[in-house]
Amino acid sequence: MSHDHSLNPEVMPQHPEKATLEGKNKFLGLWFFLGGETVLFASLFGTYLALKNSTAGGPTSQDLFGLELVFLMTMLLLTSSLTSVYAMYHMKNNDFKKMQLWLGITGLLGIAFLGCEIYEFYHYIHEFGFTFRSSAFGSAFYALVGFHGGHVLFGLCWLSAIMIRNAKRGLNLYNAPKFNTFSLYWHFIDVVWVFIFTVVYLMGKVA
Amino acid sequence: MSTLTAQKTSFAAVLWDYLTTVDHKKIGKLYLYGGAFFFLLGGLEAVIIRIQLIKPENDFISAGLYNEMITMHGTTMIFFAATPLLLGLMNAIMPLQIGARDVAFPFVNALGFWLFLFGGIMLNVSWLTGGAPDAGWTAYAPLSTTSPGHGVDYYVLGLQLSGAGTLMGGINFLVTIVNMRAPGMTFMRMPLFTWTTFITSVLILFAFPALTVGLFLLMFDRMFGSAFFDTALGGNSIIWQHLFWIFGHPEVYVLILPVFGVFSEIFATFSKKRLFGYTAMVFATILIGFLGFMVWAHHMFTVGMGPVTNSIFAIATMAIAVPTGIKIFNWLLTLWGGNITINSAMLWALAFIPSFTIGGMTGVMVASSVADYQYHDTYFVVAHFHYVIVGGVVFGILAACHYWWPIMFKRVLNEKLGKWAFWNFFIGFHMTFFIQHFLGLMGMPRRYWVFLENQGLDLGNLISSVGALFMSIGVIIFLYNAIYCWFKGDPAPQDPWDARTLEWAVDKSVPYYNFKQLPLVRGLDPLWIEKMEGNGKMTPAEPVGDIHMPHGSILPFLMTVGFFIASFGFIYQTVNDIAYIFLFGGMGLALGCMLVRSLKDDHGYHITKEELEKEAD
Repeated sequence: MSHDHSLNPEVMPQHPEKATLEGKNKFLGLWFFLGGETVLFASLFGTYLALKNSTAGGPTSQDLFGLELVFLMTMLLLTSSLTSVYAMYHMKNNDFKKMQLWLGITGLLGIAFLGCEIYEFYHYIHEFGFTFRSSAFGSAFYALVGFHGGHVLFGLCWLSAIMIRNAKRGLNLYNAPKFNTFSLYWHFIDVVWVFIFTVVYLMGKVA
Repeated sequence: MSTLTAQKTSFAAVLWDYLTTVDHKKIGKLYLYGGAFFFLLGGLEAVIIRIQLIKPENDFISAGLYNEMITMHGTTMIFFAATPLLLGLMNAIMPLQIGARDVAFPFVNALGFWLFLFGGIMLNVSWLTGGAPDAGWTAYAPLSTTSPGHGVDYYVLGLQLSGAGTLMGGINFLVTIVNMRAPGMTFMRMPLFTWTTFITSVLILFAFPALTVGLFLLMFDRMFGSAFFDTALGGNSIIWQHLFWIFGHPEVYVLILPVFGVFSEIFATFSKKRLFGYTAMVFATILIGFLGFMVWAHHMFTVGMGPVTNSIFAIATMAIAVPTGIKIFNWLLTLWGGNITINSAMLWALAFIPSFTIGGMTGVMVASSVADYQYHDTYFVVAHFHYVIVGGVVFGILAACHYWWPIMFKRVLNEKLGKWAFWNFFIGFHMTFFIQHFLGLMGMPRRYWVFLENQGLDLGNLISSVGALFMSIGVIIFLYNAIYCWFKGDPAPQDPWDARTLEWAVDKSVPYYNFKQLPLVRGLDPLWIEKMEGNGKMTPAEPVGDIHMPHGSILPFLMTVGFFIASFGFIYQTVNDIAYIFLFGGMGLALGCMLVRSLKDDHGYHITKEELEKEAD
């Protein structure tokens, strides 16, 4: 089969993720998709900003947020972005094992982040009775942070799927774009979290 | 792997072919069939509205049903008729215009179509399950959050499905245009229809996510007890209006820009002239796209945003008249001194200029925020947006059908029937909507079920309703024309219009790989250049070689069915726990299909050089 040969060249090109037209298309398509995602999160941020003081007598952001946990979560997610950069570095050097190793670390950091977020939500609901339904602030908070958490979860599922699928056959020009687009997506999730950290938690606690 | 499989003709084979197709030309046709179906449905609803308003205090339908009719008419026409018909044209024509063999993501393209179709079905299932949505096509909260029954739930889920499909289509076109142009097809050599497809896709990309969020918030409020729009818990219903119009205003440019492209092609072809001011046309398109995002709050002048906000949005809105005016003058100057052919396509295009200009003028009137307090929610606004959407978008779609029918369906539409359809529809359209300006100025509010007699509204409404009859006759003649040509029409010749752009260089059999050899583009209007230099056909940019093609797949269809089932689960989990089975089952099917798509390698296949050469014999 001719395409098997062309997707498994003897010498990998310097940018295996963009060596084929399909790879280029995926790369650009994901960038455009992230453009749309930006508007999606911007709309959620706008809604949150409009409703953040609408507590309807319930707990306020000052009562709820604890910056220690949020700082930990920020560190976890920022580090996971860094480790995914290492993974892409090893992909470009055609070192599949090291790429998988760093992607694995990325995934574990993501799981730890998600664990913290679940604990955080559980804490708010059981200690403060602060739910999706208790006030407009609650609705806006859980919608924004929850959409982000959902994106993290989707990213983790995506990552495990491509890691397991390709574990035995190594890197080629067909799966390299998949790893690369995942990494781009993961960076985006990280950037959104930086904004959530600032707008929701810092401004909610300090301002 | 052999690709030129034997001709399958049984019905099941054809059905399976269309269910699994990833070919942009077939998907384009599917979009056109689906869009045409919903156009007829929306048209039927319009006729029912006009029958109800034919005389004072009519009781043809009940007030509740009337609310459902106006809601479904607007929603159907915008989301399930105009948008998909345009996406269909883009799919069928744009890749040919840039010399591509397919779009960038054929699989996603198919998924986008199925999501649109099932979104439309979802919305209309509501007729059978206890009442259609009745909160207006804009579904303003708190009317929409408090509307009883499940009608608005169907609106939310139906639009969510089709909106996701449209977003995928937009990303797909963007990547196709950036990455897959033929050798020599630089950005500033792209035909105007490709340019407007490109800018439209940018608008889709940045506008639809705002609707997605708005619909999510509405869904959470209605189905999961959140309080975004519930003032008792601190919610704010104006957020819905902002999110809806941040999407909704760019959406009207999503509708109009592609037909600007269509008319640019038609005027140049039938005037036998290069489009006047090509560069200005491109930049006017970009400018309209940009300004389209700056003006959403002009739909909300009477909400109470304050004089400063109103003024800013009023001025930004009026500014859009400048690039639009540039376009109108460029079309006129393309016609000027041209060797003009007047046929059906050209009739629609010529009729578009004055009709759309009237809509543009009333647009500047309603943009004036002070005067808008008088126009707001009257028939003046109804007349305005029907002048731009029917006089612009519908005329454009019909013009495009006449123009590109030979490529899409390998037939030339009948001219005589085309002209009959045109004159009926054109006269009917102005009868229906011109008088509505005056009804509005006399104070007739929109969306009212009945009006009282002897208030100066009787005759105007009667004229308007009679006009709707003429429009219906026009549509029926057009449909008859299409069906007649399907069965009785002669095969279209190669390049029947002596046209200028690359889509007419494709062999008239339109093979599924489009171009055996990618063409070399040497300038704007590449086919015309070759004709003028006596070549008559495009110079190939490559030797005959293997062509890489994608495999068909049933997964887009199954994935959509999963989301469709899950939508019912979302709607009915509020009343019955059994619905969770549908919710999780449907989502499981959809996500499972996504997983299969991710894990199963799909390298496509190659049409070999030998097969291509054999086919040519």
